[in-house]
Amino acid sequence: MAETTHTGQLNRPDGWRGIAADWASDQRAFKNVSWGKAMMWIFLLSDTFIFGCFLLSYMTARMSTRVPWPNPSEVFALRIGGSEIPLILIAIMTFVLISSSGTMAMAVNFGYRRDRRKTAILMLLTAALGATFVGMQAFEWTKLITEGVRPWGNPWGAAQFGSCFFMITGFHGTHVTIGVIFLIIVARKVWRGDFDIGRPGFFTSRRGRYENVEIMGLYWHFVDLVWVFIFAFFYLW
Amino acid sequence: MAEATANGLGQHALHPHDGAIVAKAETHQEHPIKLYLVVWAWLFVLSACSYLVDYFGLHGYLRWSLILIFMMLKAGLIVAVFMHMAWERLAMMYAIILPPILVLVFVAMMVFEADYTLLTRIAFFGPGP
Repeated sequence: MAETTHTGQLNRPDGWRGIAADWASDQRAFKNVSWGKAMMWIFLLSDTFIFGCFLLSYMTARMSTRVPWPNPSEVFALRIGGSEIPLILIAIMTFVLISSSGTMAMAVNFGYRRDRRKTAILMLLTAALGATFVGMQAFEWTKLITEGVRPWGNPWGAAQFGSCFFMITGFHGTHVTIGVIFLIIVARKVWRGDFDIGRPGFFTSRRGRYENVEIMGLYWHFVDLVWVFIFAFFYLW
Repeated sequence: MAEATANGLGQHALHPHDGAIVAKAETHQEHPIKLYLVVWAWLFVLSACSYLVDYFGLHGYLRWSLILIFMMLKAGLIVAVFMHMAWERLAMMYAIILPPILVLVFVAMMVFEADYTLLTRIAFFGPGP
């Protein structure tokens, strides 16, 4: 909707007056945000509620059971070099995902500087880190399943542990997987120079812009953000 | 973040006398790479701290409050800097950040519900096995 406004300067009030003025104005409330970015934010908001409900139901299950909750610190420990290190795999997964968020932020930055090569490489690096994360999650799932964790029970305590674990981490892993696919698609477009020549997209037939990299970045950072909450509430609590 | 330029707004600031410049009203931000590296480093430090909470086996309110503090700091950094929320207009910030905070009402409701469920379970089945 760049065509609706022609002035460069955003001559609008700030603060509370700004909120009232922006929301009460006709046509668009988010004055300097494109529709693509605004819609991604609204999608992420709805996704926040989905994950919020998962974590809430996990909280309710954990608070209402008479049976002790399995200690995640021991459940997710790995034996490395003869000693049990608590939660080590989860810690590594956290660092991998944070690294991918960092490379994504850099990719967005280089995208706006029209540095196609660096943008594409950083996006592919982000995708590789994301795929590593999913791989480690698959390893974790396999380990727990062989140890006897099922959605209806586990050897260590409250039966709800398994269903909460598979539901929350499974849904998050799905998000990461979709993000990796999405990243590879956008990286290919950047590499080919689609955003420089305004080539129509294969699905929407609309011209992309380098802002697409930032919108992709919003999704990716959100995936990292959700992991921050899962790490805190499910693994550390 | 004085050195950060919002493209579109920033172009005007750079050429205050150039009235002919037509910049897009939609803005995007360009920040120095250093800012991202600093935030990245902080995210690593905060993640390490929250891992150490578990590693040292802290317990009780100390553990829970530390987990929540590190979590909120990390989430804040990601949303504010990586997702550029800090430089958006207030109308946008409130539209996105306020609704999730209202989930806390739901949390409070479910705390009461869970307590009640636990109470009835203990009343009917006795304390835990």
